[in-house]
Amino acid sequence: MQSVLTINEPGTQVLMMGNEAITRGALEAGVQFCSSYPGSPSAEILSFMAATAKTFGHYAEWSTNEIVAIEAATAASFAGLRALCIMKQNGANVAADFLMSLGLSGCRGGLVVVFADDPESHSSTNEFDSRNLARWAELPLLEPGNFQEAKDMTKWAFELSEQTQTPVIIRSVTRICHGRGNVVLGDFLPKKPANKLGQWDKLIALNPFHPYTHQKLAKIREIFETSPFNTYTGPENPELLILTSGTGGFYSQEAVSRLGVADRVGVLKLGTTCPLPAKLVKSYLEKCPRVLVVEEVDPFLEHNVMVLAAQKEMLVKFFGKASGHIKGPGGPGTGELNPDVVMDGLSAVLGVARPSRNDVVVDPEKDIAIPARDLTFCAGCPHRASFFATKNALEIDGRQGVVMGDIGCYTLGGAKAGHFLLSSLFCMGGGIGMASGMGKLEQFGFNQPVLAMAGDSTFFHACLPGLVNARWNNSKMLFLILDNEATAMTGFQPHPGTGQTAMGEKGAPFSIEGICQAMGADVYIADPYDVAATTEKIYELIQQPGVKVLILRRTCALVQSRRGPKPKVWVDQEKCLGDACGCGRFCSKVFGCPACIWDAAAGKARIDEVVCNGCGVCASLCPQGAIQLEGRD
Amino acid sequence: MALARDPLNIIICGVGGQGNILASELVGSAAVAAGFLTTIGETYGASQRGGSVMSHVRLSRQLQYGPLIPKGEADVIVGFEPLEVLRVFRIYGNSDTHVILNSRPNYPLGTLIGESKYPEIAQILNEIGRVAARVQVVEATELAKQAGSAVSTNVLMVGCLAGSGLVPIDVVHYEEVLKQRFEGAALELNQKVFEMGVQAFPQV
Repeated sequence: MQSVLTINEPGTQVLMMGNEAITRGALEAGVQFCSSYPGSPSAEILSFMAATAKTFGHYAEWSTNEIVAIEAATAASFAGLRALCIMKQNGANVAADFLMSLGLSGCRGGLVVVFADDPESHSSTNEFDSRNLARWAELPLLEPGNFQEAKDMTKWAFELSEQTQTPVIIRSVTRICHGRGNVVLGDFLPKKPANKLGQWDKLIALNPFHPYTHQKLAKIREIFETSPFNTYTGPENPELLILTSGTGGFYSQEAVSRLGVADRVGVLKLGTTCPLPAKLVKSYLEKCPRVLVVEEVDPFLEHNVMVLAAQKEMLVKFFGKASGHIKGPGGPGTGELNPDVVMDGLSAVLGVARPSRNDVVVDPEKDIAIPARDLTFCAGCPHRASFFATKNALEIDGRQGVVMGDIGCYTLGGAKAGHFLLSSLFCMGGGIGMASGMGKLEQFGFNQPVLAMAGDSTFFHACLPGLVNARWNNSKMLFLILDNEATAMTGFQPHPGTGQTAMGEKGAPFSIEGICQAMGADVYIADPYDVAATTEKIYELIQQPGVKVLILRRTCALVQSRRGPKPKVWVDQEKCLGDACGCGRFCSKVFGCPACIWDAAAGKARIDEVVCNGCGVCASLCPQGAIQLEGRD
Repeated sequence: MALARDPLNIIICGVGGQGNILASELVGSAAVAAGFLTTIGETYGASQRGGSVMSHVRLSRQLQYGPLIPKGEADVIVGFEPLEVLRVFRIYGNSDTHVILNSRPNYPLGTLIGESKYPEIAQILNEIGRVAARVQVVEATELAKQAGSAVSTNVLMVGCLAGSGLVPIDVVHYEEVLKQRFEGAALELNQKVFEMGVQAFPQV
C-alpha cells in the first residue's frame, strides 16, 4: 500500500505524524543509512525507515544501544553516505561519549542526529533538555516548530551537514514527534554511491582540531542568520517581542490571537537556535527591548539571548523562566508548554485580561471524587506475575530484600501495579550496577537480600558490563531478567534476543542464558505464569552466595494476543463463594489484574472478556478453583 | 463547509488500549481531505498501559494550531469510557460542549483493589449533563461486539462523531480514509461499525 512516506507527488497535502514528517524529510534527502535504539517519543522513525527500506534502497537497523547507533551512522557518513541516527533524550546521554567528539572530527556524507525530548516526561523518567548536549558537543542545532518544518528541516539538515562537514542535531519533542498536522510533500533527491577510503582518508577526533571546529561554527552561524526557518509575525515596532522555538511557536501564536494583542506583540520564532543567529536577534532587540522568551524545558534560548544582550551592551527587559512568567504547575523550567501557560504569562506581562471559556464549577462536597487511574501492567502481562512472585518470595524470606529497578514496562512495578517493590530507579542498566555494589556490603553489616530486575532488551542495551562487574567482584545478588521477547514499552521492536533485525532479516537469536553462563553466573529459567514455582525459585536463590541469574520467560501478552485467538478465561460463579470465601477477593483486590473485576449484582468475581488477554494466572491463584482457563500453552 | 467555531476543538478520550490514536487519526485524515488545517496532540507510551489517554484534534480554516487545547475550550468530547469523560470534561468542558459517551466502564486499579469506588454511571451523566450543551450516550462496546468485535468500538465512536453533525466533514471523507487504512475482513468490520455509529443518533 502507498503511504504518506512513499507517494511521489510533490505538492500534495497530507496528515502526518511528526515522526513520519522527520522520516519523510530524510527520505526526500536520499538518506542511505539509518540507526537507532527504540525510545519514546522517537521509536516510530526507525520503524518507518525499516518499512520503507526495500522501496527506497536504504539500510535501517535497530542497534544494540545509542552509542553503537551513532558510531555505525558516523561510519556510513565517513564513506560519504547520508546517515540518520535517532535517539530519545536519555539515549543522547548514552551516546554522549562519542557525540562529544563528533564536533572535532566533523563528518563527510550528511550526518543528521535526531534528539527526541520528552518534556513533562510522558514516557520517560526525566525531561532532560538535550539542547544543552548539542551546545556542549559544539554541534549545530535545529528545532522544528511544526510538522511541515519537521520534514523540511530534516531534509535541509543533510545539505547543511554536507556543506559544512559537520553533523547536525535536530531537536524534536513529544508534541511534535507524536502530534499530527498538515504537511505538503516534496520531491525525492537522488542518492550518491559510497566513496572508497584511501590511506589518508581519516576521521579522527583529537583536540588539535578544536580551533577548526570553532571556525566551522562561525560559518554555520552566518548561514543561520538568513535561514528561512527563523520567522517573524507581528507589527513593525511591537511593544513586546515573544522569542520562541519549537512548540512555543504554536502556543505563542494562539496566545497572541486569543488575547487580541496582535497589533502590540510580535513573535520571532527561531528554528536555528544554536549557534544563535546573533545579528538577526539583535536587530529585533533593537526594535523592541522587552522580550518574553517561550521555550521548553530549560531557559536555553533565554540564557543565550541574555548573554548576547550583555555582549552588545543592550538594555533589555527579559520575561520568561527567570522572571517566573513562563511556568507550569511545577514552576519555571519544569514540565511542558501549553497554550494556558503562555496565555497566563503573556496576560501577566501585558496586564490584559486572560480569556477563558471554562464555566464548569465542581463542588467538592457534592460532586464525584474521581478515582485516579494508576498506570498498570496490561491484562495478562507476565510482569504482573513476576512482581507478585518476587513479592511473595521476599515476604516468605522475611529479611526485607531490596530490588533495584530498571527502565522498561516493568518500571511500572515500582508503583501500585508491582506492590511498590522497586527500591531504586535510574537509567538503562542502572539496576544491575547498583545491585553489584549493594551485594558487596555484607562486611559493613548489610544483610538484606539484593536483587536487580531488567528486561530482555535492556539486558542487551546496558546490563552486560554491570553483570561482568558483579561476577568479577563476586557480589552476592540475584539478577531477575524479565524476558518477554520484545521491546514492549516502545512498540515491540526486535532486539538481539529475538534474532530478527529491523528490516526483518532472520538470524540466530542471542541466548541470554548463554551469555550469562559465559560470564560465569549460575543461570536458571522459570515461567512467571507458574507463580508457585517462580516464588519458590526466587526464595531458594536469595539464600545462596554469588551471582545468580533467573530468567523469567514469557512472551508479552500483547505480542501473544496478536499471534492468534486469545485463550478463554471465565469465572464459574457456582464455584466462586464471593465475599463468603475469605480470600478477600484475591483475584481482583490482591492480584490486581484489570480483567479481574467484581460482579456487584451477583456478589461474585467476573472476568471482563473485553480486557482479558487469557494468561490464566488468576485461575491458578483462585483458592476455590472457580476461574476456568481454556486454550493456553 | 465553515466551522461553527475556529478552531473547532475535539477531544477523544478513554483508557490506554481502547484505540484512541487510531480514532483521532481517522478524524484528522478526513479533516485534511476536507481541506482543514488539522493538528492532533496524542498520548503514547507509558500512559498506554492502562492509564488515562486523550487525543486533542483541532480543525481550522485559518491557522495550523498547536497540538494542545486550552483548558475549558473543548467543543466536542468523544469518550470511550464514562469516568474518563468526566475527568476530561471538568478540565476542558464548558456550557457549549457536546459530549458523545460510550457507557461501558473500564475499572481503574484503585477501584479493583478497593481503595476507591467507581461512581454510578447515572451520577457521571448527571454531573456532565448539568453543564454541557448536550450529552449523547451510546452502548458502543456492546454494539461493536454484536457487529463482530469489541476492538472496533473506537471506529464506531468515530461514526457517532461523523453522524452527529458537530463536525463539518462529509461522511465520504471518513469512508475514503477507512479504505486507505484497512483491507479485507478488517475493512468490512470497520465499515459496518462506522455506519452503525453514523446511524446511532437519528438526526432531529
